[in-house]
Amino acid sequence: MTSVVATNQTILVVGGGISGMTAALEAAETGKQVVLVERNPYLGGRTIQLYKYFPKMCHPTCGLEINLRRLKANPRIQVLTMAEVSGIRGERGSYSVSVKLKPRYVNENCTACGECAKAVSTEIDDAFNYNLGKTKAAYLPNDYAYPQRYVIDSSIVGTAEGEAAKAACKYGAIDLDMREEELTLNAGAIVWATGWKPYEAEKIVYYGYDRFPNVITNVEFERLADPHGPTGGRILRPSDGKEARNIAFIQCAGSRDENHLRHCSRFCCMGSLKQTNYVQDQYGDAGKSTIYYIDIRAIDRFEDFYAKVKANPNVKFVKSKVARITEDKDGNPVCNGVDIEGYHRYANAHDLVVLAVGMEPEVNGVSIPAEVMSDSSGFIMADPANAGIFGAGCATNALDVNRAVQSATAAALRAIQVVNKVARAEV
Amino acid sequence: MSDLNQQMAERYKNNFLKEIEEQAEMGEWVKMCMQCGLCSGSCPTHFHSGWDHPPQEIFMLIRAGKREEVLNSNGMYMCTSCYNCYVRCPRKVPVTHVMHGIAEYAYKMGRAAKAQPTMHLSKVFWTNATKYGRVNEVQLTQSLYFKDGLAAGIKKGLEMKDVALGLVKAKRLNPLEALGIGHKCKDLDGIHRMLAKAYELEAQRKGRDTSKA
Repeated sequence: MTSVVATNQTILVVGGGISGMTAALEAAETGKQVVLVERNPYLGGRTIQLYKYFPKMCHPTCGLEINLRRLKANPRIQVLTMAEVSGIRGERGSYSVSVKLKPRYVNENCTACGECAKAVSTEIDDAFNYNLGKTKAAYLPNDYAYPQRYVIDSSIVGTAEGEAAKAACKYGAIDLDMREEELTLNAGAIVWATGWKPYEAEKIVYYGYDRFPNVITNVEFERLADPHGPTGGRILRPSDGKEARNIAFIQCAGSRDENHLRHCSRFCCMGSLKQTNYVQDQYGDAGKSTIYYIDIRAIDRFEDFYAKVKANPNVKFVKSKVARITEDKDGNPVCNGVDIEGYHRYANAHDLVVLAVGMEPEVNGVSIPAEVMSDSSGFIMADPANAGIFGAGCATNALDVNRAVQSATAAALRAIQVVNKVARAEV
Repeated sequence: MSDLNQQMAERYKNNFLKEIEEQAEMGEWVKMCMQCGLCSGSCPTHFHSGWDHPPQEIFMLIRAGKREEVLNSNGMYMCTSCYNCYVRCPRKVPVTHVMHGIAEYAYKMGRAAKAQPTMHLSKVFWTNATKYGRVNEVQLTQSLYFKDGLAAGIKKGLEMKDVALGLVKAKRLNPLEALGIGHKCKDLDGIHRMLAKAYELEAQRKGRDTSKA
């Protein structure tokens, strides 16, 4: 049975992505008790699934490594992975929270030696790589996974495969009898940092994401460019594995659209500008990128980055929202539309189309108490006058990593004030 | 220049956007356009020769105050009412309806070219339907076939002869309608009074002086 120490002076952080980790660390480093709940078997959320950050083009693993080191060094944070909040009762200063823990079937004895994966042949969709590839049913979610522990997929539990994995483990780390648990814990304040999910691109029917293999999303493109991704970092298109040297990026795929997401997702312009760098780095002058856009929103200091990409002769900008994607006889996706600067009708074939899909707030059906409201896009807004539940990061707005961290720090400070009042350290 | 045209040009002076917003049906949507081009890109007409300005260009011309260019454009008559642009518009602009609204306004201003086929059909259909309270199919077909002269009309009529005879046989077409005999509605006078009232309300709402128009 998992045990958690929590009182009404504890801060509960829901979501272990960059925002949740930041909020948890900031609060814990001021001396507060923190419980961090994460749905995945690892921390890092969508940030760890990126290849590089803009604008510095450094690797997210670097920033996350610093956070993980802070986390490991801090005894005040208890991390629960594969855990989801299923209900919240009570009020500011005394919440009672139920948390469901899914079985990992692997205990803390695991050394991540990988013998269990060798013993197993069943493969499952690789969620970390947005299902672009397969992974063994006994797997380490990603190379930087924290906790650095394997997971046994429930599909092989109770089968010979499961037994084989157990037999292969030299450390007695595999426990196939684990069951789902439900915990109830106390908290004085809650930071809601459940982040975002990529908009479901198949809903934009005229882009044919579910019909054309060479139409992918921006988050999938990150995995293609990442050396730890399914192609080992080579930008190959899904249909035939051909090198994708002529790539189209379609902006506002689902964002700023009353029929899809009504908000501007803010990060996607910079995301695509960044991704043109991947193409340039990999193929040099043979790599061509075309960005189809309504208007480029490279906010404040990112303008410099935009100017640099614009100066690259291998990147073309077409002011137009692509109206339809078709496929030619060679399996190349063809972008059809009208160019607003001159009103020319075009039909341009590319090797690969990347849809810059927007951020949809992650909702998991938890009934959050009434003082937390959502805006018209589903992002949460807390009323600071009466709430003890504070949104952080992309749960509250479409943000890039930098702004998500700022938002999380602010949420941590608000949560600290609540538990200080509970402790009568602050009035 | 028609009187109404003069009256409107005078009233709105340099604010053509306001004129369209207040005078053309659905004109208030024009300012919502964000110039993404999805409407033109989705248009099945592909802007064949007739299309001088696609929808988002017409919207931009309105905002730029290009009154003559917009009212003289034939773009809005090219719309086939497929509604592709309407359902896809990211700003939920009812593009199809706005185009029809502007077309109707241009017609009211006396700008639509007489030979424009879409305009011709709409006008003939409207006159026909309001005259009898129902569409008189024979007269409607006649006025369309003979639009380009007697010879062209006879040729077209002969082409469609078999279809027409088939319809008559199946009792779907009454040849006597050519003489104004045939099915009508019960209260024709009521319909006319209703339309008159509607015109009056429209003029009131749009602040038009109908006595001069």
